[in-house]
Amino acid sequence: MKITIASGKGGTGKTTVAVNLATLAAGEMDGVAYVDCDVEEPDGHLFVHPQISSEEEAQVPVPVVDEDRCTHCGDCARACRFNALLATKKKVIIFQELCHGCGTCSIVCPEGAISETKRAIGVVRRGQADSMTYLGGVLNVGENMATPLVGRVKENITNDISLAFIDASPGTSCPVIEAVRDTDYVILVTEPTPFGLSDLKLAVEMTRELDIPFGVVINRDMDTTSVLEDYFERENIDILARIPLRRDIAETVSRGNMLLDYNNEIRNIFQSLFELIASKR
Amino acid sequence: MKIAITADKGSLDAPLDPRFGRCAWFIILDSSSPEEFTTIENRAASAGGGAGVQAAQEIIDAGVEAVISGNYGPRAYDALSTAGISMYIVEAQTIRQAVEAFNAGKGKLLDSPSAAAHAGLRRI
Repeated sequence: MKITIASGKGGTGKTTVAVNLATLAAGEMDGVAYVDCDVEEPDGHLFVHPQISSEEEAQVPVPVVDEDRCTHCGDCARACRFNALLATKKKVIIFQELCHGCGTCSIVCPEGAISETKRAIGVVRRGQADSMTYLGGVLNVGENMATPLVGRVKENITNDISLAFIDASPGTSCPVIEAVRDTDYVILVTEPTPFGLSDLKLAVEMTRELDIPFGVVINRDMDTTSVLEDYFERENIDILARIPLRRDIAETVSRGNMLLDYNNEIRNIFQSLFELIASKR
Repeated sequence: MKIAITADKGSLDAPLDPRFGRCAWFIILDSSSPEEFTTIENRAASAGGGAGVQAAQEIIDAGVEAVISGNYGPRAYDALSTAGISMYIVEAQTIRQAVEAFNAGKGKLLDSPSAAAHAGLRRI
């Protein structure tokens, strides 16, 4: 089973929920993995402290033009939807960082002058934290193409993993869609603020569009959450757990500590959440 | 000289559009007879990415020798300089004034991009 933890608004507590939930699950059953798909800013490893056993370079295809065969007709540049090729009268320039690897240019070239080469975008890391498997992607600094790396990290969720918790990046754009796609359940973490609600609505729309069941965890829960309750009731949305707004909780997380170790009250919140999720299998 | 000028609208009295990649229109004319001009609507204006590249491709296909605009980003600069097309920055309000200033030798010829990527109107 693959569970994605997403949000909409950034900073709501996805990683906090993901690392604590995954670690608690790993204590109760075999085959649990924490998968960090926030490849631009991975931070799960700061809490989980995995022993990394392998680091593999992730590459994407880019075109290369054989100038001896090229007639500079410009068909490749006109066909490219991402403006990654420029055809001058004397040569073709490739803007590699714009290329999405679709291969259209090589298909339309009438001279067969375009072939494929690879370029590196980041790495996929695999390791262990006690009995829990750790998987994570790290995008190269200055690199735009996060989405293919997210896909590559998920491809590494091997059959020995029976329950994967996928920590997505914030937002609802391509890298998040790639993280959420083809998973079994989504936990949307929100905060009870107008900004949090506004972005949660987008995340709910995205998850419904992808036709995946989901529930919501309210982090930094306050007494005055009526603005959210109206929305949840109208939309018939499941609230899976509430983590209270408390300074001491924020302090311990900011020190890189696991909430499971903080006290029993907080641990029980995650215990109940895990049991709820486990019942969805 | 056959040149292209970035414009807000497709006429000689239109304001000079200061951005190359995402300008509204290209006005193509011969600098010695500006009244006979043609216009190309810049489809790169709504491109998700690589607007400078797509705009440069339009300019290359139009067969001009030089471009007059306000700001050229890094990809636009690479594309146009590889194609051997000169880039000028001219301080002027309208297209007509831009051509006059260019003919009077007041255009600044670029040897590097004038703006960072996605900079809009800001110059380096």
